[in-house]
Amino acid sequence: MAANPMTQFEVYRIGPEIKIGSFDISFTNASLFMVVSSLAILIIFNLGSKKNSMLPNKIQLLAELSYTFVSKMISDTAGSKAKPYFAFIFSLFMFVLFCNMFGMIPYTFTVTSHIIVTFVLAAFIFIGVTIIGFIKHGFGYLKLFVPSGVPVVLLPLIVVIEIISYLSRPISLSVRLFANMMAGHTMMKVFGGFVISLGIVGGWLPLSFSVALTGLEILVAFLQAYVFAILTCIYLNDALNLHH
Amino acid sequence: MIKKYFFQLIFFNLFFYKEVFAAESGGMPQLNPEFWISQIFWLTLTFGILYIVLSKLILPKISANLELRKSQIQENIEAAEKQRKDSDLKLKEFEEIILKSKSEAKNIFKETREKALKDIGFKRETLEKQIDEEIKKAEKEINELKKTAPEKINKIAIETSSEILKNLVGTEINNSSISAIVNDFSKKNGNKYYDN
Repeated sequence: MAANPMTQFEVYRIGPEIKIGSFDISFTNASLFMVVSSLAILIIFNLGSKKNSMLPNKIQLLAELSYTFVSKMISDTAGSKAKPYFAFIFSLFMFVLFCNMFGMIPYTFTVTSHIIVTFVLAAFIFIGVTIIGFIKHGFGYLKLFVPSGVPVVLLPLIVVIEIISYLSRPISLSVRLFANMMAGHTMMKVFGGFVISLGIVGGWLPLSFSVALTGLEILVAFLQAYVFAILTCIYLNDALNLHH
Repeated sequence: MIKKYFFQLIFFNLFFYKEVFAAESGGMPQLNPEFWISQIFWLTLTFGILYIVLSKLILPKISANLELRKSQIQENIEAAEKQRKDSDLKLKEFEEIILKSKSEAKNIFKETREKALKDIGFKRETLEKQIDEEIKKAEKEINELKKTAPEKINKIAIETSSEILKNLVGTEINNSSISAIVNDFSKKNGNKYYDN
């Protein structure tokens, strides 16, 4: 049972079954780690913003560095018009990052390794960005699908490709995060299993792989959160500053 | 030999593992829709609360903290700049004062020197005047003495010679004739005695 590398992704109920109508909204291990991640973010950033000393302590420095990091990321990719969406992108980045990072602790559950979670996030971003685009530019937002400087002959093809690429944004965004997290955690589990099965004689090689993979996965956990946030910024940039 | 055994072990284990996975895996748990609604619900709830608390309470505070620090640093820099300028000004003033006082000291020195010199000159003059006067007075007295001396000497000579003659001759001799002889003599040889 424990040898199956996919069992770590199983969702199970914690506590009683809660239902609204016919919908099952029971508190699960996934919910637990969503709550834990959110709480951790809130606690850290609350502590980091509590008192303002001229010389910040470690936690304040952490909060302020994260703030400036995300702030710079947004202004670099989406410009100054994206300022109102700063809080959303900040929460998004932090939420994904903390969920990824909590998943790196053994015996925990990785919220972002579930396609439904990442897809809901990505779909929300997609719909939100599309609405913002239409509000800002009206039907002129459709010009996004018509790149300038393209020969008229190729135009129908290009427009179709652009529309498909635009519509596939939520899928690519969600699948990228989900697949990365799932693949990494599965790999780690597989190599961990090798360590046990090969025993004291042959277990050292997969053990060293496991150690290296852990480092890699921590990197991936950060990188995927960053990519998720920066792609959101880029989509937002398309909606705010129509370039085509 | 050991190497071969090692790789055999790995290979067989892999084989064994595949068997195990095949037996147990029922596909990906992610694609099991049993808890999808629950996950969507809890995601919306937690992320929503996270977003609201961050955007309404925490992020404005961090932003305010950063702004405050920035402005404080700016203020401090400005204050430091101002103080630097002030100290520069003070330094200039100080240098000016030193220069001024130096020249003043020079002036005072010069003045006192001149005064002292003047004083000395004046004193010397008065002294010289006094000395001159004294000398003149002395000369006058000498002259007077010179003038009166021959007469007195003549008188003495007349009286002594009349006395001598009285004692020698025993009779009174007319003073006028003696004085005539003495005056005549003194006129003839006076220069030899008085250095006139």
